[in-house]
Amino acid sequence: MTSATTADITDTTTGSDLPLFYQLEEHDHPEGHSTALGFWIYLMSDCLIFAVLFAVFGVLGGNYAAGPGPRDLFDLNLVALNTSMLLLSSITYGFAMLAMVKGKVSHTQIWLAVTGLFGLAFLSIEIHEFSGMIAEGATPQRSAFLSSFFTLVGTHGLHVTFGTVWLVTLMVQVWRHGLIVANRRRLMCLSMFWHFLDVVWIGVFTFVYLMGMLR
Amino acid sequence: MSANTHDPHAAHGDHDEAVPHGSLKTYLIGFGLSVVLTAIPFWLVMSGVLGSTLGTAIAIMAFAAVQIVVHMIFFLHMNFRAEGGWSMTALAFTVIIVVIMLSGSLWVMYHLNTNMMPGHNMSQMP
Repeated sequence: MTSATTADITDTTTGSDLPLFYQLEEHDHPEGHSTALGFWIYLMSDCLIFAVLFAVFGVLGGNYAAGPGPRDLFDLNLVALNTSMLLLSSITYGFAMLAMVKGKVSHTQIWLAVTGLFGLAFLSIEIHEFSGMIAEGATPQRSAFLSSFFTLVGTHGLHVTFGTVWLVTLMVQVWRHGLIVANRRRLMCLSMFWHFLDVVWIGVFTFVYLMGMLR
Repeated sequence: MSANTHDPHAAHGDHDEAVPHGSLKTYLIGFGLSVVLTAIPFWLVMSGVLGSTLGTAIAIMAFAAVQIVVHMIFFLHMNFRAEGGWSMTALAFTVIIVVIMLSGSLWVMYHLNTNMMPGHNMSQMP
């Protein structure tokens, strides 16, 4: 557009001196063209949630209220097992994405199922750990350390839970409709979500578990 | 008008097939690096081989930072070109906020704890 055309419109059609600042023609945006960026911005906002919870744990993580501390509660072998489950689920999701790009429906489904099983294994181990701690009396109410611990690690666990629900949903979608463009886009979003959760877990096992054992 | 001179689909054509994905090789490299970068900090803490607590803490934080970058590159496929650079801009903004928030909270609350220790008589403060 040139300023000359705008000036023509204002002079002839509206008759006022006010120029037109709105665009009458909007060019076409294909469906989902900005989904990846929008989802990335969602993940960044999720990142802020975890950052706040990490800060709370950083501040309160040493307040045991004469209760059990990390050395009494944490079993690093279990944490290492948990970490490997999440790491393996990340690589198998990568394999699912590679199969998706090649358009192989059955391979995609198999790798998604394997990813889901690793996710469930992670959750089972975490629930086992939490229930063991609660059975020993190390409940969230016991101390500020335990409150912030359960909030931070529990929020991550909730994310993995909903990621697993989402994964099963997408498996049903792929089963019913195949690898259509919309399903590829959804799988791509879940891929970002899943790998993002693995990144958050790096922070959890480093700052909560490993640093906890050093305190 | 503009519609004649440029085809909107041509301008946005990149996005349709821009599902970011790596190759088998990049995924396996990322996985291998992650396994190593996870195993070393666990080994450092479980064996206590470094001796000093502070040294171990700094080492495992460094390994975590490197592993986060590895995940960003090999699993999340971050680069300066994705979404015209806006992904990286959003990430940079988030990192700045997170660093300010984390360091600020820890700094303020550490000093608050230190100055509010029991036995510190506030009535003698000027």
